[in-house]
Amino acid sequence: MLGYDDVPALLRRLTGDEKHDRSSLSTLDVLWVLHDRVLGPDDRFFLSKGHGPAAFYAVLAAKGLIPLDALDGFGSFSSMLGYHPDRVLVPAAGIGSGSLGHGLPIAVGAALTGRRVYCLVGDAELDEGSNWEAVQYAGRIALGTLIVAVIDNRSSTYLWPGGVDARFTLEGWSAEICDGRDHDDIERAFTAASCARPHVVVARIEDER
Amino acid sequence: MSMRSRFYALAAHALEDDRRVALVTAEIGVGELPAHPRHFNVGIREQLMIGVAAGLALEGMRPIAHSYTPFLVERPYEQVKLDLGHQDVGAILVSTGASYDAARSGRTHQAPEDVAILATLPGWTIRVPGHPDELERLFRRALPGDGRVYIRMSEEQNAAVVDGDGLVVLRVGSPLVVAVGPTLSEVLAATSDLEVGVAYTATPRPFPRESLRAAAGGDVVLVEPYLAGTSAADVAAALIDRPHRLLSIGVPLGEFRHYGTPAEHRAAHGLDARGIRSALEAFLRPLPARG
Repeated sequence: MLGYDDVPALLRRLTGDEKHDRSSLSTLDVLWVLHDRVLGPDDRFFLSKGHGPAAFYAVLAAKGLIPLDALDGFGSFSSMLGYHPDRVLVPAAGIGSGSLGHGLPIAVGAALTGRRVYCLVGDAELDEGSNWEAVQYAGRIALGTLIVAVIDNRSSTYLWPGGVDARFTLEGWSAEICDGRDHDDIERAFTAASCARPHVVVARIEDER
Repeated sequence: MSMRSRFYALAAHALEDDRRVALVTAEIGVGELPAHPRHFNVGIREQLMIGVAAGLALEGMRPIAHSYTPFLVERPYEQVKLDLGHQDVGAILVSTGASYDAARSGRTHQAPEDVAILATLPGWTIRVPGHPDELERLFRRALPGDGRVYIRMSEEQNAAVVDGDGLVVLRVGSPLVVAVGPTLSEVLAATSDLEVGVAYTATPRPFPRESLRAAAGGDVVLVEPYLAGTSAADVAAALIDRPHRLLSIGVPLGEFRHYGTPAEHRAAHGLDARGIRSALEAFLRPLPARG
């Protein structure tokens, strides 16, 4: 198994872009910490924000969940790796995603079975109203098996005045804000989850744009 | 007993009998269905209803989602397409409020397009029972599997249940009048003294093409309780090597803007015995000579 320091090489193998460094990938560090420190063998991870999955594929490859060879054909006709993941082609992906606002409602359904489910969304993805159906319901039934990561790189056009986390806590979620580049801080934010209610980690990405 | 009350009794038993079964609702039917640890009423949130069904299915459950037709298959159509179809998981969707059942409620509560739009998605089995006993048989058959099954319940029902699957030939003749689901009683009344064949199906998808080929000499009259011509492409494909004419009788495409009763809507759409008879007579009339 490869380590975090191997990820840039995997990313270059995916995209062929020499300039692609870690800072251009808002999801990378949260994905890494989840797969390296947080997810247990029986847990599920759903990448709802399926756009820009290079970081996701690189982490899966580093963790031996997809073959390294698969990285070379990224987006080509017979590749298992497309610009949006397909769970039928990549079982490790948990769900297929790309159309925004689908992963979180699916995660609610899976979490209702007692399974611990982690779901990653983007702050702009939360523009989609379907997410709020899920946030409201999960909060009000105290669905403690659900943990959501919001990658907050302030990419939503109209932003979230008062903070993304406030929308979740109003609905009964616990929330932790962390530095989306600081691995220890990310881990701390996830391990603050209790089983009593759903938990959101808002991972702030400050070094973009 | 209506199909709807039969379904509620069946769903309650399924929750008790089968630990795989989970029920997902969005307020509709909640008063009639039992509270149960695996009955999840998500409130008036239909996108979530389908997403939750998909998540349950990903964990090995057999979800049943139920609501009023437009809110089950139209409002969350992308969830039906992606959360179920694209994720490659199954569910049983059971709708109530067929075509013009909610005549008084107007367009917002009518979805005669339901079967047509679901038929654009791969992998669905679509059942249109014409009788509560048939609903029970088709529901029980859907339970053990993992497939994607849509069951369209209606307030309209046939006087008697038809036994058999696929296409059931009730009377041999040509043209072959194919009655779908609850249109059968009206079709039988319209054709009792005519030298035409009559067949019945409650399964427009996958359409029983081979049985249709075997039963139809040439011309076909399709009588559908929803959007006219929904299965016309299936009939054309079944008879591709055979010159034939096809008459499609069903709910016409359009904004109807009338309230009233289902019987009034049925008559206005030409789906009562009189309307079917009249369309059939025009279809049977010899074509005018050329020139």
